[in-house]
Amino acid sequence: MADLTSNFIGIKSPNPFWLASAPPTDKEYNVRRAFEAGWGGVVWKTLGEQGPPVVNVNGPRYGAIWGADRRLLGLNNIELITDRPLEVNLREMKSVKRDYPDRALIASIMVPCTEEAWKAILPLVEETGADGVELNFGCPHGMSERGMGSAVGQVPEYIEMVTRWVKQYTRMPCIVKLTPNITDIRKPAMAAHAGGADAVSLINTINSITSVDLDLFAPEPTIDGKGAHGGYCGPAVKPIALNMVSEIARSPEMRGLPISGIGGVTTWKDAAEFMALGAGNVQVCTAAMTYGFKIVQEMISGLSQYLDEKEISLSDLVGRAVPNVSDWQHLNLNYVSKAKIDQELCISCGRCYAACEDTSHQAIDMSEDRVFTVKDDECVACNLCVNVCPVEDCITMEQMAPGAVDPRTGKVVEAVPADWTTHPNNPMSATAAE
Amino acid sequence: MDPKALVPGIKPGRMDKAAIEAGFGDLHPALDDHEALVAADRCYFCHDAPCQTACPTEIDIPLFIRQIATGTPEAAARTILSQNILGGMCARVCPTETLCEEVCVREVAEGKPVEIGRLQRYATDTLMAQNVHPFERDAATGKRVAVVGAGPAGLACAHRLAMMGHDVVLMDARPKPGGLNEYGIAAYKSTEDFAAREVAWLMQIGGIELQSGVALGRDVTLEALKAEYDAVFLGLGLGGVNALGVDGDDREGVADAVSFIADLRQASDLSALPVGRDVVVIGGGMTAVDAAVQSKLLGALNVTIVYRRSQERMAASVYEQELAQSKGVRIICNASPVAVHGNGAVREIEFEFTDDALAPTGERFRLPADQVFRAIGQTLTGEGLPELDGRKIAVDGTGRTSLDGVWAGGDCASGGDDLTVTAVAEGRDAAEDIHMSLMG
Ligand SMILES: Cc1cc2nc3c(=O)[nH]c(=O)nc-3n(C[C@H](O)[C@H](O)[C@H](O)COP(=O)(O)OP(=O)(O)OC[C@H]3O[C@@H](n4cnc5c(N)ncnc54)[C@H](O)[C@@H]3O)c2cc1C
Ligand SMILES: Cc1cc2nc3c(=O)[nH]c(=O)nc-3n(C[C@H](O)[C@H](O)[C@H](O)COP(=O)(O)O)c2cc1C
Ligand code: SF4
Repeated sequence: MADLTSNFIGIKSPNPFWLASAPPTDKEYNVRRAFEAGWGGVVWKTLGEQGPPVVNVNGPRYGAIWGADRRLLGLNNIELITDRPLEVNLREMKSVKRDYPDRALIASIMVPCTEEAWKAILPLVEETGADGVELNFGCPHGMSERGMGSAVGQVPEYIEMVTRWVKQYTRMPCIVKLTPNITDIRKPAMAAHAGGADAVSLINTINSITSVDLDLFAPEPTIDGKGAHGGYCGPAVKPIALNMVSEIARSPEMRGLPISGIGGVTTWKDAAEFMALGAGNVQVCTAAMTYGFKIVQEMISGLSQYLDEKEISLSDLVGRAVPNVSDWQHLNLNYVSKAKIDQELCISCGRCYAACEDTSHQAIDMSEDRVFTVKDDECVACNLCVNVCPVEDCITMEQMAPGAVDPRTGKVVEAVPADWTTHPNNPMSATAAE
Repeated sequence: MDPKALVPGIKPGRMDKAAIEAGFGDLHPALDDHEALVAADRCYFCHDAPCQTACPTEIDIPLFIRQIATGTPEAAARTILSQNILGGMCARVCPTETLCEEVCVREVAEGKPVEIGRLQRYATDTLMAQNVHPFERDAATGKRVAVVGAGPAGLACAHRLAMMGHDVVLMDARPKPGGLNEYGIAAYKSTEDFAAREVAWLMQIGGIELQSGVALGRDVTLEALKAEYDAVFLGLGLGGVNALGVDGDDREGVADAVSFIADLRQASDLSALPVGRDVVVIGGGMTAVDAAVQSKLLGALNVTIVYRRSQERMAASVYEQELAQSKGVRIICNASPVAVHGNGAVREIEFEFTDDALAPTGERFRLPADQVFRAIGQTLTGEGLPELDGRKIAVDGTGRTSLDGVWAGGDCASGGDDLTVTAVAEGRDAAEDIHMSLMG
């Protein structure tokens, strides 16, 4: 079994799987059970100011998108930060941390954007023995209407200012949690970096309306005839989160800034992908809310098997794919491949044919007896057939060896890579300028 | 009609070799990678899953299916084998239709359970194909345990003990280990010598010395074992067979179903194995179904199971009954044998119909028969054993018998169904208890 011990900005945990700040980490009862199930750490449900806690709507609080077989793909919520008194949360955090010293316990915090408010809460949190703080600049609903959460996260200057306060008033490591509801994720990340953050975590949820009740004519979840946008999370947001993580990881200004990856992590594979794109660890919310705490066992066994098979350590994995994240203009235009259909595996459904014939390059031939073959002289290798085929590995993309002639273009496949920056059709390219 | 099929008497080669071999192919063929992913995707990952509760070895089924779904069947195998070291055999022989799959929420909702058994086989086969033994022995304890009987109960017990650092001597009266896995289970459930391969794989844990051909009562006594070892586990199975107790029971052609099956399992060429043209099997359990189906697959023309109670009360599951019927076996219920007729060898067997209280109705019938199989239950044999509870060795929940330092489990012990998986659970649990008691 590979060693999964994780050290994220000095915070140690037996594995890199943390529960994200959300209902799973809302109270002692949950967190104890999560630790028993094997989670390496938790980010406690976001704490607010001292005094009367926020009030949630009774519900419904969630909306959802399902895949085939009603598999939950996307979840939308309109919950606020913790609706339990600060003292209660702090007391429970202290008691849990005392009993689980080897697990990471991070306090997520969201208080008004004033120096006094942050100065007041930090010593109270420090007193619980928590390993660090996460600044919730991400919650996109409710709290943002009050000038907190994503309202702060959307203004880089505020992020930098608050991060400075936090670094000034506590020695605890500080993670800044980012909202994806902006155009360029690097700007808020850079602000956190400039403010002295030890790490960023992302993504928080994405503004969303999951569906509309067509009888009530109101967004869902509908509360007494009305609905408000919520925050979207779960498997559906993973591609967005992965991209944002990679944007930060490969930005030269933030080289080395630790990242906690969040957004749709459901299996060990998702976690490994986030880590390969530069996340030092991952946080999970929706998957635990869908399947319960036990999924962490699959994450542990899966990641450890993967590392063993690859013969690499956890730290080798982190960031390993970052150098291969490129811009479109640098992709090799001389790389040629063709789709190939494995006739043994083909079940003759014809989906590839419909997709290619109707919407792509008319590069699949269908015989009288439903045998589907690729016409190499038409195939541009767009990969659509692979994506619509219901049978894994039935259609594969086969690279053409350099020296061979591409029957589509009649040109010899070049061994030397060449990209758009030097392509003759590019008005900006060096060759065109000659 | 092939004239070979019509020849009366007990004869080999009633069908072509190829046809026989095809019939004895895998009952539940292995899933390929794609099929496994599709099957795994159907699992809802239920909380406190009913399937796990229904499994006598309590395998964490949702977890192992999720591990398959996420592309790590090896990890899935570890999950399975940590609870049930014979998870590979159980995947093949468990009557899942009355265990895990019966209570699968998708069986309840749609009549189509997640294919737990086949997924379990997919995972364990994957690991075994890599010849990986996923467990290591703890530091040696210096304790020595004798395990008598190398069937599922004895193997599970021996493995768990060896894993916990004890030295095990595993003895069995038969020439090969495996118990009924090797000699009893229907051939189409354990193909390609799986029983022997699984035992060899299991022994890779180390620390288990196998002594074949050593019988308790003949070569060693329980007293001697108790004196020589720190603990003794008895996994003797049920060596005896109930008699019919009717006239003509001893005629030529009347045999125990289990002996017929044992011969069949050990035959290197099934087309050389003789079988009757008209076969009658008496009984209503898995053994009866297995004897009947395998007779049919060998080419018997008419095969009839006769059971003394109503069909609902047959111990064989509905799935097994349907399997028999789909192979062309006829099932007659509410009839008891009264006499076996013939001149030397059996020619006919006579039955009387009975009501549900087994009282004879006075109405009789005869079936032509050149071969009759008794499948009316096995019994515990042996002397000087610990105290019995009814016809089996009395044990408490952890397998302790009336004798200090002696544990028992599997078919020979009281409680639990007579199933491979139950034997594994009992052997494993006894090992845990032996460990606790030896290590204080
Ligand atoms: C025909 C048949 C088909 C079956 N099919 C299925 C099935 O499909 N699925 C299922 O779950 N169950 C099935 N069963 C039941 C299952 O095989 C048993 O429940 C299981 O094998 C019991 O395991 P065990 O270890 O207790 O005993 P056994 O498997 O009987 O093993 C006992 C071992 O002890 C040895 N032994 C006995 N006495 C002595 C002695 N005095 N000294 C030394 N060694 C001794 C024997 O040689 C044997 O190897 C079937 C049973 C039969 C008879
Ligand atoms: C019901 C609900 C409540 C949440 N509350 C918080 C919160 O209080 N603080 C916070 O930082 N993030 C909160 N989140 C966001 C999650 O921590 C996480 O960033 C997001 O759900 C994406 O991860 P996932 O796809 O694994 O769910 C909440 C999410 C959900 C579903
Ligand atoms: S999940 Fe629990 S709290 Fe939520 S609606 Fe269902 S029963 Fe109520």
